[in-house]
Amino acid sequence: MNGLVLGGTYALLGIGLTLIFGLMNLVNFAHGEFYTLGAYVTFAAAALGGAHFFLAVAAALVVGAAAGALFERVLLAPLRDESIDTTMLVMIGLWIALQNAELLGWGGVAQSIPHPFPTAPIVLGPVSIAPLRVFVVLTALALIGLSWLLIQKTRLGTAMRATFQDRETAALMGVRIGRIHTATFAFGSALAAAAGALLGSTFIVNPSMGDLASLKAFSVVILGGLGNLAGATLGGVILGIAEELGAGYVSSGYRDAAGFVIIILVLLLRPSGLLARSERIG
Amino acid sequence: MRVLAAALGALALLTLPWWLANPYHQHVVIMAGIFTILALSLNLLLGYTGQLSLGHAGFFGIGAYTSALLALRGGWPFWLALPGAALTAGLAGYGIGRLALKVRGAYFVLVTISFAGVISLISINWMDLTNGPLGLPGVPAPELPWLSFRTKRAYYYIVLAAAALAYLVCHRVVHSRLGRAFLALRENEPLAESVGIDPTRTLVAAAVISAALAGVAGSLYAHYTRFVSPEVFLFIYTVTMVIMVVAGGKGTLSGPVVGAVLFTALPEALREAMAWQWQMLAYGVLLILLVFFLPRGIVPTVAAWRR
Repeated sequence: MNGLVLGGTYALLGIGLTLIFGLMNLVNFAHGEFYTLGAYVTFAAAALGGAHFFLAVAAALVVGAAAGALFERVLLAPLRDESIDTTMLVMIGLWIALQNAELLGWGGVAQSIPHPFPTAPIVLGPVSIAPLRVFVVLTALALIGLSWLLIQKTRLGTAMRATFQDRETAALMGVRIGRIHTATFAFGSALAAAAGALLGSTFIVNPSMGDLASLKAFSVVILGGLGNLAGATLGGVILGIAEELGAGYVSSGYRDAAGFVIIILVLLLRPSGLLARSERIG
Repeated sequence: MRVLAAALGALALLTLPWWLANPYHQHVVIMAGIFTILALSLNLLLGYTGQLSLGHAGFFGIGAYTSALLALRGGWPFWLALPGAALTAGLAGYGIGRLALKVRGAYFVLVTISFAGVISLISINWMDLTNGPLGLPGVPAPELPWLSFRTKRAYYYIVLAAAALAYLVCHRVVHSRLGRAFLALRENEPLAESVGIDPTRTLVAAAVISAALAGVAGSLYAHYTRFVSPEVFLFIYTVTMVIMVVAGGKGTLSGPVVGAVLFTALPEALREAMAWQWQMLAYGVLLILLVFFLPRGIVPTVAAWRR
């Protein structure tokens, strides 16, 4: 059951990254920092600002999107025609800078987010689960569903897919490429922030939580195949369960190794991901 | 004129611990030497083959742990533990190279970063071997029958010799047939393949040499600080190496040296003025600024400017 809670948020992280990495072809090492940002915005709004928990989570989404749009405009828009290696270096720089800015801003002490749910678990036959975790799973599922609708059914989603399939043709069809890039990055960052808000309230919030989040997001994306929403969802759930099983059956010290091992194995055995059509990568 | 400058430079390096008497300054110089080896090592992959390894702290750490364990548990002297560390790191480089070089670019980066992550978790969790987060204290300093390298002044010469050797190795490799194959693969892999270059073998060779050099740096670090803990795997070491190579000029031989010296000395100089987190923040911003304003690095920019 815990595996599902983790899995749902990992899926959110992964969907955000699969849009940025898979569609924009941008190796976003700063993805985890938007996750951290989401967690801290929720913490600041709920614990310090006294806002209602739901409002605080919503604020995390909005701030994540705004920060994503800002960084895309300032840092990535000028480098749009540069190679993937160049933008990767910029994202590594952004990652280090943001993480230490957060460390300076909040201090190294772990914080917890207050939430209105009762702590007594709901018992359903053999499983028992805390109400907060039910909320986390449901919200994650709702956001995953919304993302899918946005990408598949709206004009913006169609424009996104068109842009990343063939930029020139999309531009000729009247798609504003710059805006699509900004929107995609903002959307991906907002999902990461939401994941941070949800998981941050389940566990604790600290400035370096984004490191592992980035790597986990990468392993989810690679597991599911680049740009593949269903794959990222499945990948998230698999990673969540794999971590729980790994922690339960191997050793809790190796819990975080699951993501690394998945990256290595999938890239070596099935580099296009579990659900992908066959295509050459790299 | 150039010969004179080179001779003066060599003389300055050889006599450095005698006119730089402050132990703290000597420490900075030794660390600069160790980072020079690391930057040279990363540059072989990043600069010459175009493959960015973010697992270099992994090879550095493997070298440090191997050397420390050989000395502490096996009783090996430094002079044997150092080649042992290079060999083990090189073997790890071979394994990772064989596995990871099936993929390129961003995927190679992710495999190498995962490798470093797994190695780091092992160093924390395998208590019997590594003593976990407590680390391994009491790594012996190098000794000769008539001379001890306990002092910074003496250790400086070991690091200087190793850095010079690493530079020579890189120089030899880069100007060999193998080095030209690196460049061919970096510029155009299908074309390189069509003239008979085996990409996997060539890139694995680069990974092995690069990892072995990083292992040497790890060993030098272990016997210098005399203490090894999982901190040697910190990702920030890898980031520092990347900044050194990118800032100095990737794909040049002197670039990583300039980068390593600059980015060891600069943070130390700023240590008084800035807290550690501010420094890291500055590193991140600096990396972004470098990509925007000095994409080729210091050495190529200066060379172009002098012409």
